[in-house]
Amino acid sequence: MASTETTPVQDSGSVEAGLDALETSATGRPTLRQTLVGKILPPIVAIAVVLVIWTLLYPVVDDPTKLPSPGAVGSAFKDAWLKGDLLGYIWTSVSRGLLGFVFALLIGTPLGLLVARVKFVRAAIGPILSGLQSLPSVAWVPPAVIWLGLNNSMMYAVILLGAVPSIANGLVSGVDQVPPLFLRAGRTMGATGIRGVWHVTLPAALPGYVAGLKQGWAFSWRSLMAAEIIASFPDLGVGLGQLLENARTASDMAMVFEAILLILFVGIAIDLLIFSPLERWVLRSRGLLVKS
Amino acid sequence: MATTTTLAKADETVEYAARLDHVSKSFATPRGQQLVLDDISIDVAPGEFVTLLGASGCGKSTLLNLVAGLDRPTAGSIATDGRPALMFQEHALFPWLTAGKNIELALKLRGVAKQDRRAKAESLLELVRLKGAYGKRVHELSGGMRQRAALARALAQESNLLLMDEPFSALDAITRDVLHDELTRIWQETGVSVLFVTHNVREAVRLAQRVILLSSRPGRIAREWTVGIPQPRRIEDAPVAELSLEITDVLRGEIRRHGQH
Repeated sequence: MASTETTPVQDSGSVEAGLDALETSATGRPTLRQTLVGKILPPIVAIAVVLVIWTLLYPVVDDPTKLPSPGAVGSAFKDAWLKGDLLGYIWTSVSRGLLGFVFALLIGTPLGLLVARVKFVRAAIGPILSGLQSLPSVAWVPPAVIWLGLNNSMMYAVILLGAVPSIANGLVSGVDQVPPLFLRAGRTMGATGIRGVWHVTLPAALPGYVAGLKQGWAFSWRSLMAAEIIASFPDLGVGLGQLLENARTASDMAMVFEAILLILFVGIAIDLLIFSPLERWVLRSRGLLVKS
Repeated sequence: MATTTTLAKADETVEYAARLDHVSKSFATPRGQQLVLDDISIDVAPGEFVTLLGASGCGKSTLLNLVAGLDRPTAGSIATDGRPALMFQEHALFPWLTAGKNIELALKLRGVAKQDRRAKAESLLELVRLKGAYGKRVHELSGGMRQRAALARALAQESNLLLMDEPFSALDAITRDVLHDELTRIWQETGVSVLFVTHNVREAVRLAQRVILLSSRPGRIAREWTVGIPQPRRIEDAPVAELSLEITDVLRGEIRRHGQH
């Protein structure tokens, strides 16, 4: 043998560095152009298609009391904006919706934790909580009016009954889906009892919880609109639901469309501005969001 | 040859990292009590590296759960020198934390003061050659890097005993060989005792000072070998291969018995 050294062991550190470099790939954020083409262009095209169909359909129906022209709806928006009422309508409803949602959050979160962690509570109210999700919250409007009268607390009560089950159920399913391996790993590190809940269970349940919040918001908004339409009362201030109801009584179809579009856009906007980014952040930081 | 085969029990010294004394474990099944572990007695000396080897159904993971204190034995007693650290086949790192924060959580739960955690985590990452991975999310690390980060988190517990449940079995062969070298180095540097469970005979011989073979259903200690081959070894070394062959033959004999009913 030429070499006097028979050392069988090489420096594994440098091999390891090579392996690490080979097995990790850099991922970057999408460029502005990619975002534009992939995310922003498709919805614009979809809206354009809807407007084209609407425009073509208008002369066919030929009855402005049933189908107003896009132009008439546009001028309804313009009038409301020029009168300075548009933002007022939106704000009345959005402030009610968000405040109601915050209350629902404060009630739904501890309730969800209780159902997820305490067997007795789960057996007692778990099925009711899931069942309440399928009960349309509009069903709560008549009793809420009778119990609380025609006022804002009636609106909040209806929002709570709509959103609390979603938020609580989201947290329950989030906790149920925590991988047992994480709990074992936590326990061997000494995360037991309340420390286990805080350091392992809650962060591990976050994706399910955020999905529950997202659904909770959708339910809040729907419940609120139902309450505003059914229980419209001038002293309450005009929100989007009342706007719709007022338009119906005035047989103003352009205004009906205006109100429907506003309700839809506000719901989408809140989701896009608050809940979708929150959900994406939670999923991306865990590597759960697959980049296309 | 520097290897000896022994059936004798380890010396009755007072010092141990883990002592399993006539441990049995059975689980309730629809068909009655099922014995999973039968009269297991093992002493792991401080700083010793022991591998538990066995086929499916030998109760390896049950045994580690018992030693880790995640479950109680049906009979017998288990004593460990402090709370053991446990490393799994899956990395079990928390995906909502970075690699560094995972280690810091272990430090925090152990009661390390806040201002000391960062430096300690960095030095542990350096020990497993993951310098610069502090801020990396778990999904940004390769399989081998994740297991090293998990090792660093286990070491952060500064336990005298490190339990490893087939930690490299999900890795590719190249990465696994390198991690064997790393584990040997870290074991020698830290002086931690290791109880390592595997079904890979060569891995057991490559790493351990002592290999304990478990039979299956129920798990019993079938035989024990002391591995005298000096470290650092390589898995391809002739003495490693030779002893692996011997152990494999005994293991196959144990498995064969189950097909004869």
